[in-house]
Amino acid sequence: MVTIPNRRVAVALALVFAALAVVPLVGETYALKVATRMIVFAIFAMSLDLLLGYTGLVSFGHAAFFGLSAYSLQLVSPESEAANLITALPQCLGVTAAAAALIGMLVVRTAGIYFIMSTLALAQMFFFFFHDSPIAGGSDGAYIWYKPVLTIGATALLDLDGRETLYYFALACLVLCYGFLVVVLRSPFGEVIQGIRVNEHRMRALGYDTRRFKLVSFVLSALMAGLAGFLFACIDGFVAPQLLGWRESGIGLVMVILGGMGTLYGSIIGAFAFIGMEEIVRDRQFTGVMAEHWQILMGVFVIVVVLFLKNGLAGLFAEPPIRRPATKEEP
Amino acid sequence: MSEVVLKTEGVSKNFGGLYAVRNVSVAFEHGRVEVIIGPNGAGKTTLINLLSGDLAPTDGRIVYRGRDVTGLPAHRLSKKGIGRSYQITNIFPQFTVHRNVWLASQSRLPSCMRFLRPAGRYRQVAERVDRALSLAEIAHRAGDVAAQISHGEQRRLEIAMLLAAEPDVLLLDEPLAGMGAEETGGIVTLIRSLARDHCVVLIEHDMDAVFAVADYLTVMVGGSILESGPPDVIRASEDVRRAYLGDSSTAVLAGAAAP
Repeated sequence: MVTIPNRRVAVALALVFAALAVVPLVGETYALKVATRMIVFAIFAMSLDLLLGYTGLVSFGHAAFFGLSAYSLQLVSPESEAANLITALPQCLGVTAAAAALIGMLVVRTAGIYFIMSTLALAQMFFFFFHDSPIAGGSDGAYIWYKPVLTIGATALLDLDGRETLYYFALACLVLCYGFLVVVLRSPFGEVIQGIRVNEHRMRALGYDTRRFKLVSFVLSALMAGLAGFLFACIDGFVAPQLLGWRESGIGLVMVILGGMGTLYGSIIGAFAFIGMEEIVRDRQFTGVMAEHWQILMGVFVIVVVLFLKNGLAGLFAEPPIRRPATKEEP
Repeated sequence: MSEVVLKTEGVSKNFGGLYAVRNVSVAFEHGRVEVIIGPNGAGKTTLINLLSGDLAPTDGRIVYRGRDVTGLPAHRLSKKGIGRSYQITNIFPQFTVHRNVWLASQSRLPSCMRFLRPAGRYRQVAERVDRALSLAEIAHRAGDVAAQISHGEQRRLEIAMLLAAEPDVLLLDEPLAGMGAEETGGIVTLIRSLARDHCVVLIEHDMDAVFAVADYLTVMVGGSILESGPPDVIRASEDVRRAYLGDSSTAVLAGAAAP
């Protein structure tokens, strides 16, 4: 319910973002790559939180948009030179938004378990499309040989092939997405979707066309997932059908729940904790022979958090009181 | 004063052969509390549903301020100025009282597809919220979570949500349902005061409250209007006693008649 973080959380977030900004100065290549992945998944999880924690829609097919955008980058990238970020990013997001609008129009007619099932089914259709067709290597996946470069005129300003450049670009995207969502959730639109989460019938009775609001929320969320997918494709320069699969969607849900739904920053914490924990339990140095069975350890970790922290990891921070929209003077 | 705001002309509602409302013509005036009474199954709630647009009539016309509004959906009618509250409390339990009323008030914005400006900066919305909160006398609870206030306060909250949309017709479906005697008195006073500049139409079973609040009564039986008139006339009517109330309820009417 609380969109605007309290002061403690805001300070903590500022410190975390500041700490993240210096990672490339201290970390080696591998650490930088893991940190980039954390940031990308934080964007993905946050996009899912908009649906899950604020609109009350449990999407089990969100990876479809993540993967679709990643694939779009592979498809719009020329084979022997880099795509221009200025055209490639809008193209990828445009494809994602179109797919989300189409899927959204179908799924917002359903609710509850049917919503979960229909998003899952439609996302699996995208998965099998890329899995079973010769497009972009079929089940083998395909490489993006040259990462996108931001070129204006003849000057290359940003080359996402550079590890550090990609890292900072992703970090900037995370900060912007977070800020954007905080603003949107405080707006009249944000109030409406949060009302829908609590009592959709009452919202309809108040005169709101709730389907339209759910659809817009769905597309917004998918766009953000698409941005995450785009960045993800730039990390390894490789896309595979698994990116669109239900397992990826499930990981997104676990991250949001682990971090704490309906807080936004919880999703960031959840993504960082999930990937960080994965790196730890897979490392022989820390877990010895259990490193081979790291999934068991991950399972235990997730269960412990869910059992003992009612509001996820974000619940560790003091829960600020629920606030009403503050009435302010016109600026 | 006696200006007809909302009226029906021979409306019927037919559920697969069963008439819940049959050929009802009734007119509701501004500045009055109009009460619909009748035994269970008389079609009172169906009539309210027809007036609010939750149901479309099978036959007949509904006229609001001289315009034919027959068949318009509920959210259109609510924008035109016909607001309703429900028999069962229907609020946003996790939200504060203020935020509940906010959502009702905000629904009057031309569009809520606004993404950037903070909701709190929409001053007209905020003013409507404050006015509704104080009219419904629930302003002292504005900061409390709606699930944690008393039942009577929740009914007041419902009325505040209704008022925040600034309707001129208030359709209240059993606003006193499940209330204690003390709370009832407060709501009755509130409804009387709202009638000064609204047209209030309500369904009620509590006969003491009905006669305390009503300016005009309409008695429904079996989907049709049996009789209508000021409280004295209804109280004196033999037809009403016999057809609607039966023996045991005659005592209730007689009791309510004696002040």
